[in-house]
Amino acid sequence: MSANDLSRKGSLTLIDVPKILRWGSIYIAQARIRSMLKWKWSIIGESFATPMFYLLSIGIGIGKFVNSHQAAGVDGVKYLTFLAPALLAAACIQGAVGDATFPVLEGFKWQKGFFAMNATPISGKQIANGVLLAAMSRAAFGCVIYYAALYTFGALHGLHTLWLIPVTLFAATSFAVLMMGVCAAIKNDDLFLNMVQRFLIVPLFLFSGTFYSLASMPKFLQIIGWASPLWHATEVGRWISYGHHVSATALVIHFSYMTIMAIIGFTFAHHHFTKRLAK
Amino acid sequence: MSAADSQATPEALILAKGLRKEYGDFTAVDGIDFRVNRSESFGFLGPNGAGKSTTMRIIAATLTRTSGEITILGKDPEISGPEIRAHLGVVPQQDNLDNALTVEDNLYVYGRYFGLSKKFIRNKIEELLAFAQLEEKRSVKVEALSGGMKRRLTIARALVSEPEILMLDEPTTGLDPQARHILWDRLFRLKEQGVTLLITTHYMDEAEQLCDRLMVMDKGKIMAEDSPAGLIKKYSTKEVLEVRFGADRNAQYADQLRGMCERIEVLPDRVLMYSHDCEALLHEVVSKGMHPTTSLVRRSSLEDVFLRLTGRSLVE
Amino acid sequence: MRESSAVAIAEKLKGRFGEGTYSRRARVILEHRRIAFRQGHWIVVLSGFVEPVLYLLSFGYGVGKLVGKIQVTPGHWVTYAQFIAPALLATSAMNGAIYDSTWNIFFRLKYDGTYKAMLATSLGPLDVALGEIGWALLRGLIYAVGFTAIVFPLGIMKGWYGLLAIPAAVVIAFGFASIGMLYTTFAKSIAQMDWVNVIMLPLFLFSGSLYPLSIYPQWLRVIIEALPLWHGIQIVRSLSLGIIQWSLLWHFAYFVAMIAIGLTLTTRRLRVLFMR
Repeated sequence: MSANDLSRKGSLTLIDVPKILRWGSIYIAQARIRSMLKWKWSIIGESFATPMFYLLSIGIGIGKFVNSHQAAGVDGVKYLTFLAPALLAAACIQGAVGDATFPVLEGFKWQKGFFAMNATPISGKQIANGVLLAAMSRAAFGCVIYYAALYTFGALHGLHTLWLIPVTLFAATSFAVLMMGVCAAIKNDDLFLNMVQRFLIVPLFLFSGTFYSLASMPKFLQIIGWASPLWHATEVGRWISYGHHVSATALVIHFSYMTIMAIIGFTFAHHHFTKRLAK
Repeated sequence: MSAADSQATPEALILAKGLRKEYGDFTAVDGIDFRVNRSESFGFLGPNGAGKSTTMRIIAATLTRTSGEITILGKDPEISGPEIRAHLGVVPQQDNLDNALTVEDNLYVYGRYFGLSKKFIRNKIEELLAFAQLEEKRSVKVEALSGGMKRRLTIARALVSEPEILMLDEPTTGLDPQARHILWDRLFRLKEQGVTLLITTHYMDEAEQLCDRLMVMDKGKIMAEDSPAGLIKKYSTKEVLEVRFGADRNAQYADQLRGMCERIEVLPDRVLMYSHDCEALLHEVVSKGMHPTTSLVRRSSLEDVFLRLTGRSLVE
Repeated sequence: MRESSAVAIAEKLKGRFGEGTYSRRARVILEHRRIAFRQGHWIVVLSGFVEPVLYLLSFGYGVGKLVGKIQVTPGHWVTYAQFIAPALLATSAMNGAIYDSTWNIFFRLKYDGTYKAMLATSLGPLDVALGEIGWALLRGLIYAVGFTAIVFPLGIMKGWYGLLAIPAAVVIAFGFASIGMLYTTFAKSIAQMDWVNVIMLPLFLFSGSLYPLSIYPQWLRVIIEALPLWHGIQIVRSLSLGIIQWSLLWHFAYFVAMIAIGLTLTTRRLRVLFMR
């Protein structure tokens, strides 16, 4: 026997299949996070810098002009206070969608890593859950940092505003998983992410009542806001943060909307992950 | 111990009956039967598009069949996908390593997908790096590796879980001759250790080197099945005489040549003459006043078998 | 005869300025782009043009209601939409030019081997640089015309001077494309290319696009006024609002310098990369 020979107990004794069926999603998430950590400084930098740019430029910069022109404030509060829940939700949703979609195109098409994962006992469903879990871990990290920054700048007051974090993450999850399913379903993805960015993410960012109350927009543009998870998250966020008026019915609608989007998203993503792997 | 040594009925790891896969109107696998035994090295030989990779993916429990029956380790892949995949090592046709990770991390991450403990994987990585001759590359990112190294890493990765069956889809396609020989040597070691190998290839030399038993496939069907030597014996003569008269005249001489031996094949660039004594045959050709510009006597190969079975060349 | 025509071109250019660097056939590269483009990327052009319109709609209308009018020069007040529209035009000229001259070129340079093939023919590095930049400009022009076509009828631009914003946008695109391409010829990894994206967002947000620089402390203004996008925005805003001053010349000079430096160094760099 040469030194190069491999020791061998055999997979039949080594591998515990029920354990993989239980924990497979976690294994995938761990692997994804491991890849992400290669870029940890860019990630930390970006999680911090991009939101700060918006905070300083729009919150503080435009805020100065808004506050001097609106003596009664916007929605009864300073512009930065009004803006904070929306900025938090926008950053979190955008980040989550990016992290949940890009690896899907990579895994199915560019590097085909999902097919390698699926050659092990791990299922398509577990791959989808794992990738989402990793994306949301990073989103949570960014969300906490941004929250701290907003708090430091005086845009949020009181510990009850901590509720913004779970609400924001919930909205981000529901949209990210839906987009993840769409990415798994599409065939021609060369321009897809670009198009998503320009025709979906940017309009949602701009027309979800992020920078001003949605009601001040013409009706036909308000429709974009109603469909946007960002608007629902922002409404709830403003209610949490400074007591923006939201009726009980509206609250139920906001949460139901996010929940339904999440359910559809998971179903869709699981279906298309399984289908595409078995093609 | 190889399968040939054991006299008792060998244990079947894979059994297929009437296996069929259709994509719309196209039939990729057309109702095939086969059996793969433990510790055997089994090959699917055929040109591109013969249905080899499709068959492999059905065995790997990542593609659903249209009809027919198949069991792997006694289980149906449609019902027990994860249980089957737990015992397979899969080397796909195209490497799907994680280019952003290092060699070592690729092995580690893949081991984790099998739920193996960190300690076990750490030890295993040392063995696998030695086996794949990648010890010096352990901390290098995969994107910086040569094609041959990537291939060896993909094989090492497939071995991290000590699988019952190692499946290799076109293991050496796209590699240079030296890289191919290193890889064959590694695979041969595994075979000696009793790992069951399942190989698809369109290279006859690879099939002859690595496989105990071969299934020749074409257009989704099985054309023949035997050991490499058995196939040659059954479908070809011991020797082959290759003669060239120049492109225009090959066909012209064909009729005269045909009567002189068991069988001939007229290819665009040469004529193949099948006989058990080709030296004598060559003398006869020359004595009848035909003077080929070049002539070559060689042993029959699987290429000749394939030509006989399908009327086409294996590598086109 | 066929070969002789290529030889004839080479003979004709011999000893002339730019021999081996420029064969006066940059348009071949443009044609290459156009052919590649026809194969279904029209939607990219459309999308680049839609983005500033959406920003204008959202900020100009929505935020405009909150901030009221903005003072551009003493006593000269304009609506918020009038204030930001030129900045959005200048920014989209920058974005399009940078995207075309960085990411697109990076992939051709690094992975596709397109330039290696091009420079193996009678084309010189300046042909390649001009051709690629020309393409970026063409796209910039289309964006500018599209944006103006929407904005002008709404009275957001004041007077016919406003139409000069279109050629101005092309000059801005030229400047950014030249520098962008220069950076790309030095970039080694995708991570280095990522820096381009990192820089663009703050450049947009802080270059006086969404509000006057007057609220910034002096030191910050000095920095911003040294950066190219601020000059670009000043040019387009002045023309669009009909404020014609001598300072326009200074802003233009900034871009002329960018173009000259970018083109010269890019050509030199391509020569080093491919023609050693």
